Amino acid sequence: MYPEDYRYTKEHEWVHVEGDTGTIGITDHAQHELGDIVYVDFKYGRETLKPGQHVDQGKTIGSVESVKAVSDIYSPVSGEVVDLNGTLADAPEKLNEDPHGGAWLVKIRLSNPGELANLLSAADYQTYIGAEK
Amino acid sequence: MRYLPKSDSERREMLEACGVENPEDLFAHLPEAVRLKRPLQLAPGISEYEIVDYFRRRGDRNANGYASFLGAGVYRHYRPVLVDTVVARGEFLTSYTPYQAEISQGTLTTIFEFQTMICQLTGMDVANASMYDGSTGLAEAALMAARLTSKGGLLVARSVHPEYQEVLQTYAKNQGMPITEFDYDAETGMADLDDMERKLNDLTAAVIVQSPNFFGVVEDVKRAAVIAHRRGALLVMGFSEAVSLGILEPPQADIVAGELQSFAITPSYGGPYAGIIATREKFARQMPGRLVGETTDTHGNRAFCLTLATREQHIRREKATSNICTNQALIALMATVFMSVYGKQGLRELAEQNLAKAHYLAGKLKPRFSGPFFNEFVVSTDQPDAINAALLDKKIIGGLPLGRFYPELSDAMLLCATEMSHREDMDNLAEVYWRAGNPVRSRLSAGSEPLKGGKD
Amino acid sequence: MSIKKVRTHISPNEALLFERSSPGKKAYQLPALDVPPVDPRAALGAQNVRAEIEGFPEVSEVEAIRHFTRLSTWNYAIDHGMYPLGSCTMKYNPRVNELVARTEGLAWAHPYQPESLSQGVMEVMAHLESALLEITGMDAVTLQPAAGAQGELTGILLIRALLAQQGNPRKKILIPDSAHGTNPATAAIAGYVVENIRSDEHGLLDLAALEKSVTEDVAGLMVTNPNTLGVFESRIIAAAEVLHRKGALLYMDGANMNALVGIARPGDFGVDVMHLNLHKTFSTPHGGGGPGGGPVAVKKELEPFLPVPRLKRDGDRWTFDYDRPFSIGKVKAFYGNFGVLVRALAYILAHGGNGLRAATMDAVLNANYIRKKLEPFFDLPYALPNMHEVVFSDERQARLGVRTGDIAKRLIDYGFHPYTVSFPLIVRGAMMIEPTETEGKVELDLFIDAMISIAKEIETEPETVKTAPHLTRTSRVDEVKAARKPVLKWTPASP
Repeated sequence: MYPEDYRYTKEHEWVHVEGDTGTIGITDHAQHELGDIVYVDFKYGRETLKPGQHVDQGKTIGSVESVKAVSDIYSPVSGEVVDLNGTLADAPEKLNEDPHGGAWLVKIRLSNPGELANLLSAADYQTYIGAEK
Repeated sequence: MRYLPKSDSERREMLEACGVENPEDLFAHLPEAVRLKRPLQLAPGISEYEIVDYFRRRGDRNANGYASFLGAGVYRHYRPVLVDTVVARGEFLTSYTPYQAEISQGTLTTIFEFQTMICQLTGMDVANASMYDGSTGLAEAALMAARLTSKGGLLVARSVHPEYQEVLQTYAKNQGMPITEFDYDAETGMADLDDMERKLNDLTAAVIVQSPNFFGVVEDVKRAAVIAHRRGALLVMGFSEAVSLGILEPPQADIVAGELQSFAITPSYGGPYAGIIATREKFARQMPGRLVGETTDTHGNRAFCLTLATREQHIRREKATSNICTNQALIALMATVFMSVYGKQGLRELAEQNLAKAHYLAGKLKPRFSGPFFNEFVVSTDQPDAINAALLDKKIIGGLPLGRFYPELSDAMLLCATEMSHREDMDNLAEVYWRAGNPVRSRLSAGSEPLKGGKD
Repeated sequence: MSIKKVRTHISPNEALLFERSSPGKKAYQLPALDVPPVDPRAALGAQNVRAEIEGFPEVSEVEAIRHFTRLSTWNYAIDHGMYPLGSCTMKYNPRVNELVARTEGLAWAHPYQPESLSQGVMEVMAHLESALLEITGMDAVTLQPAAGAQGELTGILLIRALLAQQGNPRKKILIPDSAHGTNPATAAIAGYVVENIRSDEHGLLDLAALEKSVTEDVAGLMVTNPNTLGVFESRIIAAAEVLHRKGALLYMDGANMNALVGIARPGDFGVDVMHLNLHKTFSTPHGGGGPGGGPVAVKKELEPFLPVPRLKRDGDRWTFDYDRPFSIGKVKAFYGNFGVLVRALAYILAHGGNGLRAATMDAVLNANYIRKKLEPFFDLPYALPNMHEVVFSDERQARLGVRTGDIAKRLIDYGFHPYTVSFPLIVRGAMMIEPTETEGKVELDLFIDAMISIAKEIETEPETVKTAPHLTRTSRVDEVKAARKPVLKWTPASP
């Protein structure tokens, strides 16, 4: 369920690193807690998030909305945005269906791979969400 | 007390079920220090008849049966009987906010119709379910523009309703949003767009105009929008006379914020009214207030529900687009019924009648400004109070002396005529106006007759 | 299971106005003009004149009245039965209030008409002001705010103005985690940063936490009393002292005043500024979402900052005083929702002092009766005495897979509007119930029976509850679709 080669945060994001690029998304636990997802918003500060934008680890890069709730998305890593998943605008339900794969949110070129050490492994994340209950 | 539907024996039964002897015991847990140790010093409760009489007597002590030429943001229009018939229905009057869609389809459907008609009138893509009034709607529109542009400056025309400007000031200053005014042209009465352009800069979030403006003059909103957009500012247009939408070209604005009091809402000494905000589709998610959307139920039937609620306070809390919770739903329903009764042709005809009445009156006087006007206009007079006093003797409430809001216009008065204005009263007003003293008379040599009325 | 309160009944279908519309149909007739008509293009300039209002409906009078009447039959309302909504105080809307609000001299008063012809409306406002001061124990009141949320904003701006005058408006407002969403939203609009304060294990304000949090950066605390659990904040006086010692102020959200009128007065327990909800405590009708009225009452130190104008007695007349150099300005054009003020005053006149107190007593009795009867079936997360409302948790039912939202929907099948679902947030699966004093024992017993019956259904046939409502004209609406693909107006292409 939670890919071994991904890293996770306590705010329920994941990052999958390939080379110097990290693909970011929200976890299955997050989509389950939110319920049917209706909208994704990419924002950094007050600006719309765009390729080329530098983001810092832990800062908000947008939010995910269900009918009754909103959840901020915090970037697990620092770096430069290289791509945003444009398919989510018309099909936000993908986040419920495939949160770890096709419904990735943002791709970032890592500026500080050392940050990955602060993140949780799949096993640790599952322990964490188990304990959260 | 006749609104308390329990008999003493029922109360006793219930107290017993609660395991207490008498009702005071239910308050025993309150700290001694907080308790009120005496009865409230209010007169004893009175009967229904006495209540009606109390308000009838207060009503009698106001203007009753006067003709009136006051506008200035609050307008006298005929209220179709159907309006009160509909809103008096308990299902509308005493129902709650439609959070539970399954048992609120009546309210939700009427709001959807309301949103639609406001879009049709203003030429915008989306409208919300109402704001408190035109003044707060305009303030919220300004805050919305700031969120959309990520900028903070507001450029406001002096020809916007002065009380709307005051409210804007209250809302904007606490967000650290500086407000700069730009002037109006002393000849046309229109906002001075050259002055606006000079004061526009890259920090301006929104240019705010009103059309028809406070002086009743129609603004060149299109040109204002073009200039604003060149520097990345949005064009926010307010209005306070909704009937003007029946005849005026829909505004080329980014956000429209207006007052619907003209649509069958009694003047009621200043409220409750109903404001609206309408905007382009791309800005919809930054709109404050409730939105009703179309959907289906489990059987595939069309249904309506509140939607995009994640903008609102009950979900977003401190990051909400606004703190608004209660809006003006019942008042908006009055406007909806009004719009249904008049319909496409009626609203146009109503607007044309307003235009005719006001232009007749203006023709007998002399408008101060040369700009095009709808049903309100400004006249010059160095005797505004004397004119109004003489009119009161004829049971006519005259216009609004402008000196209280615009020191440079203390020799001017704002007059409004609507479909409810009678020719006879307008003729009387003109007679009093010319008799009392005015700039034209002072140009005549002593002893000559004052001019009688204008064109006939 | 037997549902006693309702039975199915056919109700009319009704299309939208635009779908009923047909060119040439009319529901109006204007009188003939007694002045010459004017060519709009000549008067306004051709570029300012619109073409027709595209899509705007044209229906006849009969169709219009049938349209709205049919739609009305799809609504639930207080006139049908109880709304157990917590903190909404959905009490009876007295009809005489509707009549008096339409008194001609009041309903047609223009806010700018001469004061000599406005003594009646001003007297109504003055009378309401004095009644509200007696009820709240405060020193001065403004009737200008249009609703509770606007009252909150006004109140926080008053705090800011006072502190600014003292040299430092400060940066933070403290808000309990049990607070209504308008509280933090308001603080943000007023330019403050919100800091949440946790409730203690009884759901009350944690005094120790408060002591730690109140610094010289804190402008005030926004508190609801009784809190959103319906429990009286017994340490409120101590809390006020903690704040005042550090120069901060206590704001009270008056949404729950229905538990206090005639029993306790906020001005007597340390509150500096508060708002009232006329559409809650004072019976003015909700009308499907508004209008309301949110008067703000203050202690005299805040009086100079109140919105302008203020009503003033000038010899034997009333007048508006605009000479208020320290005022925060206006929060709304004109003077307030006067039509709503009339209804609130009518309510107060009908009750009188004793009647208001009796109403409070009945409100608290009703809530306690419900608590006692439902306690065996639903979890009470906090054991303290409640006042006019009670909050249960769906903990027990959640173990069987049924949540508060489902129970609420099933309650609809029993002929009631749901209670407040999932609020306050400090209770898991909250079920917030406030009957108000205008419910009789028959209606209360029907409600209690319904809730107990549903509790039993959850054990025997949970699916019935989870897929409710079943008996309504409209079944569960697809809120997800409405949010994913928003359709916010009718267009000719709409189905």
